[in-house]
Amino acid sequence: MLELRAITAGYDRRAPVLREVDLTVADGESVGLLGPSGCGKSTLARVAALLHRPDAGQVRLAGEPVTGFRHRAPRAQRTAVGVVFQQPRLSADPRLTLRDLVAEPLRATGRAAHVPERTADLARTVGLGDDLLTRRPHEVSDGQLQRACLARALVLRPRLLICDEMTAMLDASTTAALVGVVEAYRADSGAALLAVGHDRVLLERWCDRVTEFAASGTASEAAVA
Amino acid sequence: MTHTTAPPAPRVPREGWTVPAGARRRRRDYRALRVRTAAALVVALALAVLAVPLLFPLDQQAVDLANKLQPPSAAHPFGTDDVGRDVLLRCVYGLRVSLLVGLVAALVASVLGVCVGALAAAVGGTTDRLVMRVVDAISSVPHLLLGVFIVAMFRPGVWPVIVSVGLTHWVSTARIVRAEIHSLRSRPFIDAAVSGGASRWRVAVRHLVPGVWPQAALAAVLMVPHAIWHESALSFLGLGIPPHQASLGTMTEAARGSLLAGDWWPTLFPGLFIVIPTLAIAGLAGAWRERINPRRRSELML
Repeated sequence: MLELRAITAGYDRRAPVLREVDLTVADGESVGLLGPSGCGKSTLARVAALLHRPDAGQVRLAGEPVTGFRHRAPRAQRTAVGVVFQQPRLSADPRLTLRDLVAEPLRATGRAAHVPERTADLARTVGLGDDLLTRRPHEVSDGQLQRACLARALVLRPRLLICDEMTAMLDASTTAALVGVVEAYRADSGAALLAVGHDRVLLERWCDRVTEFAASGTASEAAVA
Repeated sequence: MTHTTAPPAPRVPREGWTVPAGARRRRRDYRALRVRTAAALVVALALAVLAVPLLFPLDQQAVDLANKLQPPSAAHPFGTDDVGRDVLLRCVYGLRVSLLVGLVAALVASVLGVCVGALAAAVGGTTDRLVMRVVDAISSVPHLLLGVFIVAMFRPGVWPVIVSVGLTHWVSTARIVRAEIHSLRSRPFIDAAVSGGASRWRVAVRHLVPGVWPQAALAAVLMVPHAIWHESALSFLGLGIPPHQASLGTMTEAARGSLLAGDWWPTLFPGLFIVIPTLAIAGLAGAWRERINPRRRSELML
């Protein structure tokens, strides 16, 4: 599904955060990415989500080479990957209600006709009531907002889901609920998963395979659960 | 609950950090008073400007030399000018022109500034740098000088003045909008929109421009006083509104001669009509700014 070859990426060309990193996620596989803060795992997740252009290296998505990133990537390639970010507060547009937040990718890709049905469907899946859907991000808790962000990531039925420390700011029960939603979606659609996080216990229970990042920014296979 | 048994932290006097409650209340009272005064003034002046022309039509060309330069009295509360016209009525008519120019020009300048700033920031890269250098070049020329050049190309009237203000004042809005959009662009919710398949245009229109809307609107309101001054200055120089037409700038200019003879009212009242409305509008805009960004409380930038 996703193949990253010799990725060198960062925010300053002279001091890249990642050097020559390889990562493969097979179809339907779930891979955990573990490592200390600042080791570049979020950067790698952004590269995988086609949101950050690496300085060097190749990215293949569903067998096709990726030639552009962000807006330069074809829309079909961009929307094949769903992303959930670490901080729901920052990753939700403060002016949109949760309903519009979830529906926004559908509208952006010209599928506005599916909005009522898909939104209601996903709201039920992630556990958001009708009352919550009419509220704006500042009127809901972090956990509720992260549920909406997960719904937004799933609304286009991505074939690869990237969870960048999705549960870092949440309590245990919300974490369990969100992981349950992700797993139900994967069982249903056969999507692959790249989960990034600090929490070894969670990732080892959640994922088929966990890759450990050393501080130097090079990945190594660690454990198979 | 072990932490409850810990000894209470010593009280550290934090002067400069905390403001005494009395001073805070006084400041809030003062702010409320300022906002109410400004709002009352703006409403009163707006009503005057809208209602007076319906009740008291003004013949722009009429001259009454028998009553020239009369000091303020019951019949003429602001006195009469050097050709016997009532200063109060002409002040209201002049304010009407000034407010019209101020509002329309601020709108034109803001729309232009938002478009240019959003374009530069949303496209980014070389385009951004080029556009902002053009903005720098334009803002390096004094506004009034540039305005005079633009007005000089047309016949005197209201519309050339509006064009002149609009074309000189958009640069500040463009800068504000560009800076705000640059700070929004790196937020994760933009990443989420990109990942959700949004085009550049959609990201700009749906997420970026609405995000800078409060700042752009505030800049537009703060631009109204600037536009009024600009109009008055151009009219004072004889380049804006035609001299026979009532305008605060032309009135001040025409009354300059009689000021030396000791007749203070034909200059003072138009001057007050420029200063008071602009301060009232700025006061309201200042309150709005405090709502948008409470940290930037002190300065009331005009």
